[in-house]
Amino acid sequence: MKNAAQNAFSATSSVLRTIGMTFMHSFRKRDTILYPEEKPYLPPRYRGRIVLTRDPDGAERCVACNLCSVACPVDCISVVKTEDETGRWYPETFRINFSRCIYCGYCEDACPTYAIQLTPDFEMGEFDRQNMVYEKSDLLISGVGKRPGYNFYRVAGMSVGGKDKGQAENEAEPVDIKTLLP
Amino acid sequence: MIFGISEHEILSIVVTAILTIVTLMGSVIMAALMIPIERRLLGLWQDRYGPNRVGPFGSLQVVADMIKIFFKEDWIPPFADKAVFVIAPAIIMFTTLMAFAVIPFTESWTIANLNVGILFLLAMSSLGVYSVIFAGWSSDNKYALLGSMRTAAQMISYEVFMGLSLLGVVLLAGSFNLGDIVESQRGMWNVIPQFPAFVIFFIAGCAEIHRAPFDLPEAEQELTAGYHTEYSGMKFGMFFVGEYLGIVLISCLVTTLFFGGWLGPWLPGFVWFFLKAFFFMCFFILLRAATVRPRYDQLMAFGWKVLLPIALLNVAITGAIVVAQS
Amino acid sequence: METTFFIAGIVALAATLRTITCANPVHALLYLITSLLAVAIDFYALGAAFAATLEVVVYAGAVMVLFVFVVMMLNLNQETVTRERHWLRPKLWVGPSVFAAILLIAMVWSMTVGGAIGGIEGTPLSANAVGMALFGPYVLVVELAAFLLLAALVVAIHIGRDERNEARWKAEHGERETTQAGEQQ
Ligand code: SF4
Ligand code: SF4
Repeated sequence: MKNAAQNAFSATSSVLRTIGMTFMHSFRKRDTILYPEEKPYLPPRYRGRIVLTRDPDGAERCVACNLCSVACPVDCISVVKTEDETGRWYPETFRINFSRCIYCGYCEDACPTYAIQLTPDFEMGEFDRQNMVYEKSDLLISGVGKRPGYNFYRVAGMSVGGKDKGQAENEAEPVDIKTLLP
Repeated sequence: MIFGISEHEILSIVVTAILTIVTLMGSVIMAALMIPIERRLLGLWQDRYGPNRVGPFGSLQVVADMIKIFFKEDWIPPFADKAVFVIAPAIIMFTTLMAFAVIPFTESWTIANLNVGILFLLAMSSLGVYSVIFAGWSSDNKYALLGSMRTAAQMISYEVFMGLSLLGVVLLAGSFNLGDIVESQRGMWNVIPQFPAFVIFFIAGCAEIHRAPFDLPEAEQELTAGYHTEYSGMKFGMFFVGEYLGIVLISCLVTTLFFGGWLGPWLPGFVWFFLKAFFFMCFFILLRAATVRPRYDQLMAFGWKVLLPIALLNVAITGAIVVAQS
Repeated sequence: METTFFIAGIVALAATLRTITCANPVHALLYLITSLLAVAIDFYALGAAFAATLEVVVYAGAVMVLFVFVVMMLNLNQETVTRERHWLRPKLWVGPSVFAAILLIAMVWSMTVGGAIGGIEGTPLSANAVGMALFGPYVLVVELAAFLLLAALVVAIHIGRDERNEARWKAEHGERETTQAGEQQ
């Protein structure tokens, strides 16, 4: 009998307490934000619209190695390689189909030159699906993105227009294989 | 004299007709307004906004929804029992609207001043069961049928407690007439001497219109949409508005029976009535935001093992006191 | 009031007739409900508002719901309807209805000649008067009905009890109580 009374009391008070607590929510701040008027905060490493960045010198970073294209789980990147007269590789076309992209960021991970980067921007809705296919001109930006000082050809041991082997940062002179002297 | 009816009678007929139309329109509009109010209030209590784009503060959302519902395909499943399927949603609208006829909104604003007003209300609410049962049966859908089975048991049981809880009020007022009941509360609102009855009536009313904590007939998580799974378009709209009409009705009843109806200082009677009723409508929404749905057996056990004894005790004690005083 | 009475009476008769002849049980029940409502209106027209509302609350609102409930569970289909049609052959119902008609004629005749038919004035009979009558001259009947209902209640509880379920519930409940007691120590 005592137990039943106790149970009844605790059940009633718990229901009343729930009602009271729910009512007190009227004085809380709302968790949702009114999106188009009020933008949400997106952290810098948010995975949104993809861009192609440039060197600090202003040259394209992408070397058309196709690693991003291979890494992409939905196969939405297509790159066609070309070369300039100094032997430097760069993409002739660079196309991302954003209607297939899942914003996983694997392409950014795979890229050896930090050329391809995801940015905190997601407002890419289109009425026509074809408009979701971004060409190189749409993707290429004039800045360095998240990697300010990095220049692939400056650190890579590859001879390319104006820079010979051994001239890169932290790179030793190439070994002269024609001699035995140290 | 026209057709053997005196001018006086014609006048009273016209006045009643106007009152009827005003009450009908008022209650239906109030029910429709409850939809955006509920959505906004639920938003408030769940720390979000709710619909706030269409019109000022989202108040025109209901208009948009209505337009949408009007233009939806009004589909009758080929396997359904057509006649019953069509009648079912009309029943709930009809019975709920009929019940408004006996509610005294002010001293003079009652459509039908029946001397068995409370019984009439109970009669109408018990007829409302058919809407749900027939909807579930005629849909020929197992979820709908399960929903309507639950309703049948739930509504019949809770009607008992509803009626029993009202007896205390009737004993105090000495009349079944709702106007007399309001008048009998001049000294003290019934909610004070009849607090258990108020609680039982509120809970049973909630179950009767199958509102949130007792919405087992349409429990979305288990039964898709319960008895109105197969309904669409305007027929679904009728069930939808019927539910909100039910809220308005129960709120008006609680106001009339336990909170002194139109009685109140300074403001005109109608305003008092409206304010009190509106408070309870909001409370229904708060209940929906706060409480969880009981299991079916818990619902039945709670009704028959808790509410029934309390209601009977309440009637017995009230009766004893009334007899002792007279 | 007279017009109301007769309209409702005609509706009641027609609905009852359809209840009998309708092949689909649920449709028949719908007609029966309508007939009960019509009878309630007749009561009202005769001035017995209390009886009228009780008719709706108890018969149309509760008893018939249980009927519908059971019929719903029966898994009816077209077969039932055809069978029902088959059962409605005149050969089967002519006999009883002839006898019933004779009874009806006898009753109407005795009432009209015997003068047992009152007018349809609609003199209101208040709930108060009904209550007074029930607990005054008819108190014995009320008490007997109460006995009967109590007996029915006890029987229903006895039949509805499931021993196995109860044992299980007790086991669970007892367990919970002991754990609670353990916590309290
Ligand atoms: S983010 Fe993922 S899906 Fe999108 S392009 Fe890069 S690798 Fe492909
Ligand atoms: S974006 Fe990076 S990974 Fe892709 S092709 Fe260019 S350099 Fe290679």
